Amino acid sequence: MHRVRRWVVRHARLFEMIYRRFEPALVKLAPVWRRLGHERVEAPVRVVEKAAKGALFDCQMCGQCILSATGMSCPMNCPKTLRNGPCGGVRADGHCEVKPEMVCVWVDAWEGSRRMKQGDLIHAVQLPVDHRLTGSSSWLRVVRQRDGTSSSTVNRETTR
Amino acid sequence: MKFEDEPVPGYSLPILPGHVSPGRLERVLRAGKFAITSEIDPPDSADPAEVLKRAAIFDGYVDAINATDGSGANCHMSSAGVCSLLTRVGYATILQISCRDRNRIAMQGEILGGAAMGACNLLCLTGDGVQAGDHPQAKPVFDLDSISLLQIARGMRDEQRFESGRRIETPPRIFLGAAENPFVPPLDWRPLRLAKKVAAGAQFIQTQYCFDIERLRDFMLKVNDLGLLEGPDRVFILPGIGPLASARSARWIREHVPGVHIPDAVIARLEGAENQKEEGKRLCMDLLHEIREIPGVSGAHIMAYRQEHSVAEIIETTGVLEGRVPWYPGRDDPKALNPESPDALQL
Repeated sequence: MHRVRRWVVRHARLFEMIYRRFEPALVKLAPVWRRLGHERVEAPVRVVEKAAKGALFDCQMCGQCILSATGMSCPMNCPKTLRNGPCGGVRADGHCEVKPEMVCVWVDAWEGSRRMKQGDLIHAVQLPVDHRLTGSSSWLRVVRQRDGTSSSTVNRETTR
Repeated sequence: MKFEDEPVPGYSLPILPGHVSPGRLERVLRAGKFAITSEIDPPDSADPAEVLKRAAIFDGYVDAINATDGSGANCHMSSAGVCSLLTRVGYATILQISCRDRNRIAMQGEILGGAAMGACNLLCLTGDGVQAGDHPQAKPVFDLDSISLLQIARGMRDEQRFESGRRIETPPRIFLGAAENPFVPPLDWRPLRLAKKVAAGAQFIQTQYCFDIERLRDFMLKVNDLGLLEGPDRVFILPGIGPLASARSARWIREHVPGVHIPDAVIARLEGAENQKEEGKRLCMDLLHEIREIPGVSGAHIMAYRQEHSVAEIIETTGVLEGRVPWYPGRDDPKALNPESPDALQL
């Protein structure tokens, strides 16, 4: 829902705060995820993640979430799936070149980032999407990274 | 300006100290000259002579020629094809790669192929959406965006690695460029976004059409404040300009070409003129004069779509080359083969 998505961007700071509490909790549960087995929990976690982030951000489950670096505006909703900022086709009214009825995802991202404490993360160069991760849980991936159990192919840190 | 070693068609120049490419564009920019680039609209044809004919229009006036890559999402001869034909007779070319049509496997291959053919300038573009062109039914690829393409191309050149990490034996010696549009929202982000492109590897920038000199001035001030125009990793900025054919066509461009900002005052100026086409050219010359005076600007990119012949007049009248005659086939040896002749290609 476009309207929910835009509301979230206007409250990007609140969501930044929520996630900053949520992520450590998720990582703290790492032993639990390990005991249950990442493969086994992947499917149920994916369902929850997709439902929650889908409702709020129109999340497309790229599996390598960078919402904290994009003003809480999901870059995968950009028709060109750009990960590093707006293209040169943004209309004078800030709407999308491809979908004129939609505000540019990156115009929203910029606005959201200005509201966030760590909004300057938007200036970091993002790596291209790893399409093998599409559809997988970004949350569990973060747990694996922080927990140090990830395989090298999945552990692709953002360049900062 | 002449260099001691001007090109032998088909052979690369040596790479000067502090340079990354053997190309003339990088040499002219690093020598501090006001550089002029223009672009060829690739033909809807497989005829090589047609490409050479279109390039010859710019002889003596431009330092490098862009070969557009499916511009406006319309199908034409490929940029790599055009560049390959042109470098064979010695032209300096700018290969354009748009992320719209290919994935990273194809694009990295194209960079190697282009460099092997002597196309030593690369312009990394996101590309217009497919809805803008003649094949709206096509699949938009966008595997990379222009910034990740820049970063990968730089890695290929400086670290001799593909994105996968696999080693490249002989790296592409390319001067890396990107586009920027300082004239559309979010305006306050644009200079910082340019900084991001520079951080990813951009060494020269060609901008979208400039018809609003105030926005360009503001943009250049901020770019300068960010320190992007100094040091060994500095960026060279070539604002884009072009002659408008009439007030009507200006209106059409404003509505239909993504990202072109034309202020009402410009359209009013054209409308008030007796000869709108002439006025469009004069407007372009006025802009070129003004752009030349903006601190930090390194040259201009002239996009004269369907008015390619006016490029010579614009440059001649404004005198921006200050008597410099950029190299072209036959400049130093008029007896050299006429590049328009297919014999020149040794096909």
